[in-house]
Amino acid sequence: MELQAVLMAAGGGSRMTDLTYNTPKPMLPVGNKPLMWYPLNLLERVGFEEVIVITTKEVQKMMATDPKMKIDVKMKLDVVCIQEDGDMGTADALRHIQQKIKTDVLVVSCDLITDVALHEVVDLFRAHNATLAMLMSNAHEFTETVPGQKGKKKTAEQRDFVGVDQSGKRLLFMANEADLEDGLSIRKSIMRKHPRMHIKTGLVDAHLYCLKKAVVDFLADNKSISSIRGELVPYLVRKQFSKTTNSPKIKDDAENQNQKTNDSSTNHELLISSRDEPLLQLAQERSCWNDHRGDMSEAYHGGKLRCYVHIIDQGLCCRVNTLAAYIEANRLAPKLFEEPAVHPSAVISERCQMGSDSIIGALCQVADKTSIKRSTLGNSTTVKEKVKVTNSIIMHGVTIEEGCNIQGSVICSNAVIGRGADLKYCLVGNGQRIEPEVIVTT
Amino acid sequence: MADSGVTDEPGTKDDVHRAKTEGKELSKEEKQRLRKEKKQQKKNKEKKDEKASHESEKKKNKEEKPVSAAAPASQPPTQPSTQKAPSAVPAPAPVPVPVSETPALADKPAKTKADLKAERRARQEAERASKQAATSKPKAPPNELQPVVKRLPEHVQVDNPGVLKKLAKKLERQQIPLRLDYGYKVSLFSHLHQYSRKAPLTQQLSIPSTVIHPAIVRLGLQYSQGIVAGSNARSVALLHAFKQVIRDYTTPPNEELSRDLVNKLKPYISFLSQCRPLSASMGNAIKYIKKEISNIPSQCKEEEAKRKLLSCIDCYIDEKIILAAKAIAKSSIEKISNGDVILVYGCSSLVNHILCEAFEKNIKFRVIVVDSRPRLEGREALRRLVQRGISCTYVLISAVSYILPEVSKVFLGAHALLANGYVMSRVGTSQIALVAKAFNVPVLVCCETYKFCERVQTDSFVSNELDDPDDLIVTRKGKTQLEHWQDVPSLGLLNLVYDVTPPDFVDLVITDLGMIPCTSVPVVLRVKNVDQ
Repeated sequence: MELQAVLMAAGGGSRMTDLTYNTPKPMLPVGNKPLMWYPLNLLERVGFEEVIVITTKEVQKMMATDPKMKIDVKMKLDVVCIQEDGDMGTADALRHIQQKIKTDVLVVSCDLITDVALHEVVDLFRAHNATLAMLMSNAHEFTETVPGQKGKKKTAEQRDFVGVDQSGKRLLFMANEADLEDGLSIRKSIMRKHPRMHIKTGLVDAHLYCLKKAVVDFLADNKSISSIRGELVPYLVRKQFSKTTNSPKIKDDAENQNQKTNDSSTNHELLISSRDEPLLQLAQERSCWNDHRGDMSEAYHGGKLRCYVHIIDQGLCCRVNTLAAYIEANRLAPKLFEEPAVHPSAVISERCQMGSDSIIGALCQVADKTSIKRSTLGNSTTVKEKVKVTNSIIMHGVTIEEGCNIQGSVICSNAVIGRGADLKYCLVGNGQRIEPEVIVTT
Repeated sequence: MADSGVTDEPGTKDDVHRAKTEGKELSKEEKQRLRKEKKQQKKNKEKKDEKASHESEKKKNKEEKPVSAAAPASQPPTQPSTQKAPSAVPAPAPVPVPVSETPALADKPAKTKADLKAERRARQEAERASKQAATSKPKAPPNELQPVVKRLPEHVQVDNPGVLKKLAKKLERQQIPLRLDYGYKVSLFSHLHQYSRKAPLTQQLSIPSTVIHPAIVRLGLQYSQGIVAGSNARSVALLHAFKQVIRDYTTPPNEELSRDLVNKLKPYISFLSQCRPLSASMGNAIKYIKKEISNIPSQCKEEEAKRKLLSCIDCYIDEKIILAAKAIAKSSIEKISNGDVILVYGCSSLVNHILCEAFEKNIKFRVIVVDSRPRLEGREALRRLVQRGISCTYVLISAVSYILPEVSKVFLGAHALLANGYVMSRVGTSQIALVAKAFNVPVLVCCETYKFCERVQTDSFVSNELDDPDDLIVTRKGKTQLEHWQDVPSLGLLNLVYDVTPPDFVDLVITDLGMIPCTSVPVVLRVKNVDQ
């Protein structure tokens, strides 16, 4: 087997607590499908047959009852439950399932919605025999006003600095603004090997990583690393250029037999060589290819640890971890699939004006003289007469009484909006009841 | 005769029935045996009466229409040809036969027309193969040098839709995606494939590749992206990947390793040739491995067999590549003297090795590296030589006639040496050899014997490789002139990879068997074949 897929669905959604305090983040409806359906669908389309899903018991229960997950996902899901206390980072979760990992892993986060051609990332991983290959996207600004936020959006206070080489594929430098005290400092060894580096700040990390099996084994021994994105990736990127990893160690046959036993020093663990290292060396020596030119060193500067990144410019790649992203995703996600906008079991009266970019869920009831534009209606929602819904996201089981005017809002599940209420850019929580004749604006 | 036929039938019918239940294919031995018997019968009965044979035919048609390809031995010889008659022109067959056949068909509805056709085709192929086997079997004792007719690889014929369809069907059967050609091809080379590097074959494969071993997928990617380039490097990488395949292989039940492993390797080889056409050295390596696998005795245990195969591969690499390089370096160093100015072209791993060895032996010489677009491999050769301390000059191929008066010798590497003495090498080599000949500079080609190939060609058109045409696009001063070359209908970009140099331009070929003139290549091939 070449790659094992791992879906991280235990995250709490700490940046959108308004939405997630009742519904766990992986099950939030986006375009009337649970959020974790999207990465699972991506893996299924590409050809995976089994996925290890790391999640909480609550999500597992919800997964079992959700019709979309049961019917549409044909892969075998191996659900591993962990505690919900939130202390477990993504790297801790990987360490937890280390026994199940038999080969290289593809780690995906549950909040990734993308239509990227996954083979581009995996090809980088395969062709260059990389230790890490990840996916990033050139982010675009969110144009919609986010409900519940006063004033203009805060600019991102914690930028990520990503340094790539000239080809745009090799990852040279990665740091978060929070970790850099005075300024960005780049080691001389990196500059000597890659004199031309492009540093980008506007990239969105898609949290999709291809990791070598040796990295998972390394994690098992280094219990101090708890987050893949926050700690493991910067560590690997730094280690590419550390002095000890650059001396090629050709292990003799005796050592090759027991690959599983790790060396005492951390440096060598990541460089577990394959059994035929001399042959690979010979092939590389005889090959007339080099990944850089201008200096005297061989391909990859003789380094064994390599990190690659695939940056996409076009196409959809969004991570639903903030409210703004959630709204954006709701608008864009349905365009990924060719499903009918109106679910066949929904009851829509003829005198209803429905825009073409609205989505109506199953078992909805929409009465006369309503207008639904650029909105998503969840399952089992009831909309009475003379209601105007524009640019909003209505989740499951909501009741909207007559004469309401809802604009740019997010209404969570099982809420009741009283008669004649006027909501502009609001966020109504789960099970809330808005009194009739209420006007709520920003 | 008919009676003898009847008594023989049950026995052979059982055989055939058994074969049918096990699968349509009969084993090689059974096929050969049946072929031999058929031949015997043919010889005996061709002299006999035809009418008698027609009568027995009618009987046989009624009873034996549904019999599979390996006809029972006692069948009269003309029957196969008459059974083909319904589909082909029934000219040789007598008229009453088709009439008798239709009630036979009605009697035996068990076989459909398609099955019959398949049987007929298989029988035709069996006969054809038997004829070939008959002619190619060495009748003389092994110490007599008889030419062994080997099956040469089919020529690539992309502009022939029939051949393309066959290729597509074969790939479909092996579950390998078909790589589509890209861009407008220059008409002289329209019979060759032209792929784009931006459309790798992995696009159409599932990501955790199950059909093809991951090591082979990685290798194919490295070939198509040019990460592993150069004849020796490709062969070594191929053998390395095969080692991993063999290690991960387990014999399925009821199968023999010697046969099943060869069948497992076939789709991998198709996949690799889709990623990038196989080189001659790779072809020879594959032949060697297949031979080693087929020669594994059936009673050998799997672990032992695998170990044997792995050691064979190691041995092959050691002998044919590493030791051969050492031997060639030793012979070549005799040819390099102090004060020499040596011209090399592109990046040949062998020539670089020779020059580095010569430098170690403290011979004072300098090197001129000639390079050409779009690959610009000379830069890599330059780096390797300068890193050792050899003083080098770098020119592009357009300046070769300017620099040649300074040159005392030309060392060239080869991708393959053809059976008529032609040298197949990177495009531009023949030009350098030609100019060197015009200037009376000796041209020495260095090539290991495992790159010798039985193909014969006298021009660079009939069999070549077309690289990605977009490689020719270059951006100078911010302007990319060829960016939209596809929109110009009369423009074709040609990026050839190989060319052939005639033996008149080559003065000496240095191989691990010694220094031979170019025309002695067929002798080496002959000797090699007898050895094997």
